[in-house]
Formats: sequence, structure tokens, C-alpha cells
Amino acid sequence: MHRYIVTRLLLAIPTLAGAAALVFILMRLIPGDVCVIRLGTGGAHVDQAALDLCRSQLGLDQPMVVQFLLFLKHYAVFDFGTSMWSGNPVWYEIMIRLPVSLEVAIMATVIAILLAIPLGTISALKENSGLDHVVRVVAIAGIATPSFWLGIMSLILVLNVTSIMSGTPWLPPIDYVPLWQDPIRNLSLVILPAITVGYRYSAVTMRLTRSAMLEVMREDYIRTARAKGLLEQIVVNRHALKNALLPVVTLIGIEFAFLIGGLVVTEQVFNLNGIGRLLVQAVQNQDNVLAQALVMLVVLVFVITNLVVDVLYAWLDPRIRYS
Amino acid sequence: MSVPRCVWAGLGLAAAIAITPAWAETPKQGGTLTYLIPADAPPSFDAHRETTYATIHSAAPYYSVLIRVPPDNPASTTDFVCDLCTEMPKPTDGGKTYTFKIRQGVKFHDGSKLTAQDVATSWQYIVDPPKGVVSARKSFYEMVDSVQATDDSTVVFKLKYPTTAFLPALADPYAWIYKKDILEKDPHWYEKNIMGSGPFKLVKYEVGQSITGERNKDYYHKGLPHLDGIVGIYAAKQSVRVDALRADRASIEFRGLPPSARDQLTKELGDKVWVQDSDWNCGNILTPNHQKKPFDDPRVRKALALAIDQWHGAPALSKIANVRTVGGIVFPGSPLAATKQELEKIAGYWPDIEKSRAEAKRLLKEAGAEGLKFELLNRNVDQPYKFVGTWVIGEWKKIGLNVEQKVVPTGPWFSNMRAGTFDVAMEANCQSVVNPVLDTGKYLPHKVFPDNYGYYDDDKSIQLYEAMQKETDPAKVRAAMRAYETWTLDTQTHEIVLPYWYRIILGRSEVKGFKISPSHYLNQDLSSLWLDK
Repeated sequence: MHRYIVTRLLLAIPTLAGAAALVFILMRLIPGDVCVIRLGTGGAHVDQAALDLCRSQLGLDQPMVVQFLLFLKHYAVFDFGTSMWSGNPVWYEIMIRLPVSLEVAIMATVIAILLAIPLGTISALKENSGLDHVVRVVAIAGIATPSFWLGIMSLILVLNVTSIMSGTPWLPPIDYVPLWQDPIRNLSLVILPAITVGYRYSAVTMRLTRSAMLEVMREDYIRTARAKGLLEQIVVNRHALKNALLPVVTLIGIEFAFLIGGLVVTEQVFNLNGIGRLLVQAVQNQDNVLAQALVMLVVLVFVITNLVVDVLYAWLDPRIRYS
Repeated sequence: MSVPRCVWAGLGLAAAIAITPAWAETPKQGGTLTYLIPADAPPSFDAHRETTYATIHSAAPYYSVLIRVPPDNPASTTDFVCDLCTEMPKPTDGGKTYTFKIRQGVKFHDGSKLTAQDVATSWQYIVDPPKGVVSARKSFYEMVDSVQATDDSTVVFKLKYPTTAFLPALADPYAWIYKKDILEKDPHWYEKNIMGSGPFKLVKYEVGQSITGERNKDYYHKGLPHLDGIVGIYAAKQSVRVDALRADRASIEFRGLPPSARDQLTKELGDKVWVQDSDWNCGNILTPNHQKKPFDDPRVRKALALAIDQWHGAPALSKIANVRTVGGIVFPGSPLAATKQELEKIAGYWPDIEKSRAEAKRLLKEAGAEGLKFELLNRNVDQPYKFVGTWVIGEWKKIGLNVEQKVVPTGPWFSNMRAGTFDVAMEANCQSVVNPVLDTGKYLPHKVFPDNYGYYDDDKSIQLYEAMQKETDPAKVRAAMRAYETWTLDTQTHEIVLPYWYRIILGRSEVKGFKISPSHYLNQDLSSLWLDK
């Protein structure tokens, strides 16, 4: 197992390098550069000398090949550079935002698991019952509803309900405070985005749990377990659910990795200073250095999550061996 | 007889004063103002190198300037008052020398004394930055020959030629006064750090989240600031800002809300909020690419202007977009702006739109460009770019033109204009201090003004501009401006100026002391604001 993990981690290196090269090229296909945006967005005069100096300071006046070689050289020694927009080290920019994204991703995942697995399982066990129909409607609505829309609606709902109840509209804080500094303020800020994201996430997971459970419940070994006289609870939990969870765990892993950098619109709706919003800013500002590093971070999260999922397979299904 | 625009502007201001009786109240001391900064984190805190309002709204309360627009009347387009100087100087040497006496006893936030040396050095870095230092508005100061501190309380600006553009340029809200020692030791220090002599001292900055300041007890304007503290929260998304104002998470934002947000909030909150509005020294301009046929033909360009019904379009658009007042190349509130009568003689401003469109069709036919099909390059910004772009296309359709709107993000929008790869572009001319002579430099040919993307050669335009630039008699400047404007918008129709933007500021009722200015860059030190709690 250890050897497998080390091999997978080593294989991540060419994956990251490929992603880095791809994003380097893609970012430079966008016309314009960070200096034009920085000095020109105000709509006033853009001073050519200032523009030339800005480009020279950021190395944008170098030929593309030179820029690419320098980029590879720096990445080889884990030097991810400084943001072209703010001048701050890339890791500093990321570390400020990572806790926010991580917190929302973890909370959304917990909400999704707590909702999806019990409801998906019950839905499968009570197939075509009234409860099953309700769960399926809830799940399909969750898949069909964009989480940013749900976010906007939830804010409007909170504002209107509090306005009707107390006469004064209330809204969660719009400036982030870390959990360890002020847990109540932190949770009141993070809970709504976590619920809105977690709902969509749970809907997808619920559907998959249900279909996987339906498939497993028709297997011969379930019939055998029941024939042995095992309690239904043991049949479901130990024999059915554990096997049905294999595809569900994969989905949870992929969704979690996506949430780290993919909460672009949700973070904007709730004014969360997270990784998704930073990625949008980096692309909008044509801050190539920061955008490259963020894409690499997301790729790394996917690689690690997939590895964790693969290791979990072995725990869930002892027949799976990695050597 | 029609009423001049400046009179209308004055009446508007008077009306605004009349509906805001809080201005007459005695300010209360104390409290913390939470305001919204409609942006993500600014690229840096060095106002000398940046052009975004995000830098101003974040850090202006921590700095002083030499002169500024009057804080008690920021709507004035002609008055300037001292901040760090003791009185506005009268120019000597035939209008070429300005001598400023600097206040004594002013302290930087680190406790050190601010002297004329700091003022002069800051200005030297703006006017003529050392190698490797970016000064974004260096070209505003081409008239400046030298800046010297003759002693610790005197700064002398010597000009190459006398011009009315100098004082407004000197009141630039980005011209913060830095400490000489720091600048000389590390000219990039101010990009990451804040240390000025303004009404507030920095407490903390959380990147992309908030910036917090506290009252500067040593502030040199006695009795100011009124507030104990300020907190600026970054909120780039408009819906977040509207919700925050509604739920009292923040009390004000200083850039401007669209009419729909104003209407929603005033309807829901009633007297819990107030609104102030003003014409904005920003506007969209249509730039035909003269390098591309048939836009090299003045008849075609003129037809584009003649098709647009500005007088009826502007009031209708103002209900949904941040635009309101029809104007020429000069901000409508300025004495140098064209009156309505003067404008009506220019293509695109004729009072009879049917006659105007008939002439447009005739010109297109004469130029062989009937049913012309082309692309309007526009920026991917809703307010007001896309609203105005959609309106203009509708107007052009009425003379048989077939125009497609190409909306692109800021980077590609700029790049297309700079590379000349467009047919007609929707540009913006957005300035801070109303400085008609400098502001209209935008309409000069590309070879003398690289930000002009029309790519035309026009020596007469340069001659007309230079005659105006070096004239100091106000009446003669005005006449020269009319000649330059008529040449630019009518004779050659190099550009088409669309209705000026419209700034709407909404604040919670407890916020007092705010007076709207024609720019979101101006009057942002927040020293005069107070909370009626």
C-alpha cells in the first residue's frame, strides 16, 4: 500500500507539469495583459511610459519562450512567484483565502453526506413509495437548481422573513472572521453558503446512493444474507450500504475537490473571500502567475482526493488490493 | 432664451441641499462608519502608480494632499482649496510660478513632522518619477518645469507655460503626500504600506476583506474627523452591496448605485436612507476606427452621430442605467461646457431627430454605405456600457444600419482598441477633478495622445487644442474649446460623445456630512462624515 501511495504521488508530478504548461499557454491566449488592465480600467489616460515600465518589471516584455522557461525553472524549485496584480507572494494570497474555501467545502460535504446517504438509502429501500417520490423530487430539484441562484434566494428569504418578523431586515455578516476568533459570527456567515452548496451536492449524491443501493439490494449475496436470517438492519448497513458506497465515495471525493476552487459564483454572492473568487479575479486581471498557481492547487487537490478515494476503496471492499 | 447648463447644475445642487437638511445640523463626534468598497482588493496602496478607485476608497482617509476640491462644496468645478497649504497662491512670473506655503505642525502618523520637503519630493515623484517608478498620471503635468522646496515651509512649482489646466491637475485626488525619507529609501514602500498624515490612521488591513482605520488625534484640521473609526468592506458584487445597505451591515458606498437599486432601497427603507445624485465626470464615447473603411469617410461617421436621439434617449435610459445628461466634450457642470443651444448645432445633437436621421441616410447614400453592417466593440460591464451599447444599436437600426455588439472582458476590450482591431468601439472617458483642458486631450489624434483609438491624423485638431491649452483668458479658452469641440464632433466627427454618467449615492439616514461630487475619486478622506446615532 505504501509503495502504491508513493507511486501515485510521483505520478502526480507529470500531471501537475502538464496542467501548468496548459494553463501557461491558455492564459496567454487571452488578448491584453495585467498592466493594461491595472493602468487602464479607470477609464482615464493610460501613460505609455508607465505601461512599458510595468511590463518590464513583470517580465512581460520577454519573449514567450523565455517566460515559459523561467516559469518551469521557478516551479521546479517550488517558487510559485508573486502575484502580478498585488505584488504579494502567491502563497500568501492563497493562504489568506484557503481557510474560507476549505471551511465551506467541509461544511457542505458534511451536510451533503448527512442528507444524501440516509435519504438515498431510505429511498431505495422504500422504492416507489410516497417517501421515495418526495426524496426523488427533492434530489432532482437540487440538481436542477444552480447553487448561486439558491444562494441569492436564501439571502432574500432571510432578509424578507426577518423584516416581516422584527421590522428590521437582517443579514449575516459580509466580512469573514475565522472560526477560532468568533465562532458564532463565523458560522452565521458560512452556514448559508454551506447549505446552498451542500444541497446541490447532496442531491447528486442522493441520486447515486439510491441507484447504487437499488442495484446492490438485488444481488444474490443480499438474498443469501437474508436467507441466513440476519436482521434487516445488518443486511442493509453491513452488506448492502458498504458495497453501494464505492461509487458514492468517488463522487464525494470529486465534488469536494471541485468545491475548493469551484465556488466561484457562490463566493461572490455571499461575499466570501475564497479561492474561487481569487481565481476569477486572477483571470479577470490577467494575473497569469496567480492563475497558474491556483489551477495547480486545484489539480493538486484533485490528485490527492483521488488518491484518498482509492485508498478508501480498499477499506470499503477488502477484495481490492493495491500492490 | 435658454438657461445655461451651469445654472441648471447650480439649481440641481441647491435642490440637493434643500432636501438634505442634515447638512445644517451640528456634527456629533464618535462612532464607527462601515462603508462598502465596490471592488476586490486594490492592486496596491500607492496612489501615484494606480488608477483604480479601489485604491482611493481604501486609503484616501489616511493621506493628505496639497490642494483639493472644497470638501464643503465638492460639486464645484472651478474652486480649489488648501489641504496642506495655508492659502491658495496667486501665480507670478506671468502665470508660470506658483508658491505654496505649507502648514506648520502637521505630523505623519509615525509622529514625524511633515515639511515642504515631503510635499516637494512627493510631487517630484509624480511629475518626474525616478527610473523604475511608475507614475500613472505623469502626462498630466507636462506643463510643470520643476518642483522645489525652498525651505521647510515653501514649495514652488515652476511651469513651462501658463495654463488653466495646472491648478485642477494639482488637485488630483491621487496626489498623496508621502514621507520623503521613505520614498528616497524605497520608492515601492508605499505600494504595500500606508503611512500618511490624513484624518485616519490605519489599524489593520485584511486582504480582499476589509480595511480599518481609527481617528487621527493629531489631525491638523481642527475638530475633524468626526468619526472615531472607519471600516471599509470590499464587496465587488452589486447584489451584496444592496443587501448589506438594506440590512444595515454597511451604511454607505461611494462609487454609485444604478437607478434600479436606488428605487428598490428607497421603496423598502423609506426615510431610513437618503439619496444624493450628480452628473458624473465620466461618459461613454463611440470611436469609429478611421483606419477601417468606410469609417475613414467623415460622412459615414457623421451619419452614425446623426442617427442617435440623445435628447430623448438620455431621460429614458436614465431610468435603467447610470446615464442622464447630454453633453459635449466638456463635463456639463463646467463653465467651459457647451450650452444646449451650442450643442444643438452639432451633429448628433440636432433638436429635430427626423431631420437628423434623414440627413444621416442621405450621407450614407452619398458615401455608398447604405445598410452598412459592422461590429460595435463593447466592454463586459453592465453599467452603463452594455445598456448604452444596446440603445445605440437600436438607434442605428433606425437608419438601416446592421450592427452587432461584441461584448468582451476588459483585457481583450483594451487590446482590440490598442491593436486597432475593431470597427467602432464603446470607450469611456472617466476623469476625477473636472479639468476641461486636460480631459479633452482624449480627442487628440493618436500620434500625440496614444489613448485615442480612432487612429486619425489631424493637424488642425492639434492646432485648435494647443491654442486652447496655452490660453489663460477664460472667455478665450471657452471660445477655443467651442472651436475644438465643433471640429471634433461635427466637422470631422472623430468621436461621438454619449450622455454623461449619473452618480447615485445612497446612505443610511444616520450618515451625515456627505456631499456628492461629480467623481467617485473626489472628496474621499471621510473627515467630514459623522454619525447621527
